[in-house]
Amino acid sequence: MLRSLRSELLKFTTTRAWWVLALILFVWVGFTAGGIAALGGVLVDESQGMIGQDAIPPLVYSVVTATGYVFPLLFGALASTTEFRHQTLTPTFLATPRRGTVLVGKVGAGLVGGVVFGLVGLAATVGVGALVLGIVGVDTALDASETWALIARALLAMALWAVIGVGLGVLMPNQVAVIVSVLAFTQFLEPLLRVAASFWEWTAAVGRFLPGAATDALVGSSIYSLASAGGVSDALEWWQGGLVLAGYAVLFLVAGALTTWRRDVT
Amino acid sequence: MTGAVIEITSLTKRFGGTTAVDDLSFRVEPGVVTGFLGPNGAGKTTTLRTLVGLVQPTAGTATFDGKRYAELEKPLHTVGTALEAASFHPGRSGRDHLRVVGAAAGIPTARVDEVLAWVGLADAAKRRVGGYSLGMRQRLGLAFALLGDPGVLVLDEPINGLDPEGIRWIRGFLQGLAAEGRTVLVSSHLLSEVQQTVDRLVIISKGRLAYEGTLDGLEAGTTTRVRVDAADRDALARALTAAGADVTAAADGLHVSGLDADAVGAHALAAGVALRLLVPEREGLENTFLELVGEGGIR
Repeated sequence: MLRSLRSELLKFTTTRAWWVLALILFVWVGFTAGGIAALGGVLVDESQGMIGQDAIPPLVYSVVTATGYVFPLLFGALASTTEFRHQTLTPTFLATPRRGTVLVGKVGAGLVGGVVFGLVGLAATVGVGALVLGIVGVDTALDASETWALIARALLAMALWAVIGVGLGVLMPNQVAVIVSVLAFTQFLEPLLRVAASFWEWTAAVGRFLPGAATDALVGSSIYSLASAGGVSDALEWWQGGLVLAGYAVLFLVAGALTTWRRDVT
Repeated sequence: MTGAVIEITSLTKRFGGTTAVDDLSFRVEPGVVTGFLGPNGAGKTTTLRTLVGLVQPTAGTATFDGKRYAELEKPLHTVGTALEAASFHPGRSGRDHLRVVGAAAGIPTARVDEVLAWVGLADAAKRRVGGYSLGMRQRLGLAFALLGDPGVLVLDEPINGLDPEGIRWIRGFLQGLAAEGRTVLVSSHLLSEVQQTVDRLVIISKGRLAYEGTLDGLEAGTTTRVRVDAADRDALARALTAAGADVTAAADGLHVSGLDADAVGAHALAAGVALRLLVPEREGLENTFLELVGEGGIR
């Protein structure tokens, strides 16, 4: 099991895909967090007390998950589909014929990779975000324990997203199909669904279980909660959000393990 | 070192409606190189992939000393495999590829460098596999097979894509491995390619066993012919036909079967025909092989 994990981690570090993705993540969420921090300064001034200073830092720091979760998701999905695409399942299964062991190793490596993505993303949102907050004169809240609890929960969310990606890639081994699906769902379909779900009470009850909504619940803050004001009240508890994400990961992994993972490697 | 005995028993594999391997049984013993022959599409690769657990058989078993591949405690240390569709990530270096699989089997990096030097890839080890030639990929595949110093080697078309120098090298290499007591199974679709390397043969056609035995045994069933020529070709043909031989005229002389070279010479002398050429030919082996696999002999 430990050997499988080591082998899977080596697979990441010996190819370039992961650090290209991590670099884009850093620039992307860093830029967004900086922008929101700058905007936050204006908001606090203009809203005349409607929006307090303490509301801004969580919004800025949680950009890492609110817009960045697609990166560990893609990373995990690529880690799985690349094995099918380049037929590296052959040497992998020759070295470890028990395929379940390989999958457990992949999940473990996905968790580690997700944490690394989380650290990179948080370095951007907290680093750049706090810097801009300081410039516009909003308290960075870096001395508050709630801020560090949020950071820890964001790390957990990123790790879970990487594992969801691993499962999705096993379930859907076609690399192009999985990339298109991930981008279409996370960037277009889900935001739309979340807005649509907020119209009625019963849809909102279902909408809480959308993966992005569950992520925001887990982390406890998101720029989306600004967009759908008032919707946060019936959001899930943070631990429920975590369980929903873990549920998606388990669902994909089990479905993949029972289908593509058992197939003949020809 | 004594390698495990490979035993294929009543193996059948169907893909949808097509039967790739059909009730196939044979044994591969340690200490000799065994050639696994058949035309493309005969089921060689499917048989080998089933043997190492990548493909699930429809019926039958494939084992190493009675154990299925998945039951082996240390698979890479027991069986070394190089399959035809060499599967490497193009963005990973050859050395890193071996480190990745080595890590899964608890094989240290020092061993990786050792096998890379062995197959002549030490200089290219840190280059990305995407830039490797077919011959270099074959060598990397072989390095992977040797990684765990296994007693059994299963190699699918290892000679394909090698240059003449590489072919000579791998022939000696395989024989050396067998001489150490290892079990060596090498597939090919060309008999001539492995003829000088193998001691035993397993020939399959359309998923079924066509021949299992020694190379000499296959040779015994072949016919020899004599190529002969003279300035007065007609007179020679008449004399040989009168002696009961089967004679066909060809651009490079007369092809004679039914008489050996000594007899052909004696009849020509008796008829007073001066020969300019007398060559006994053994072109039958490849023919016998092709007849066995049902593609008809080449005339």
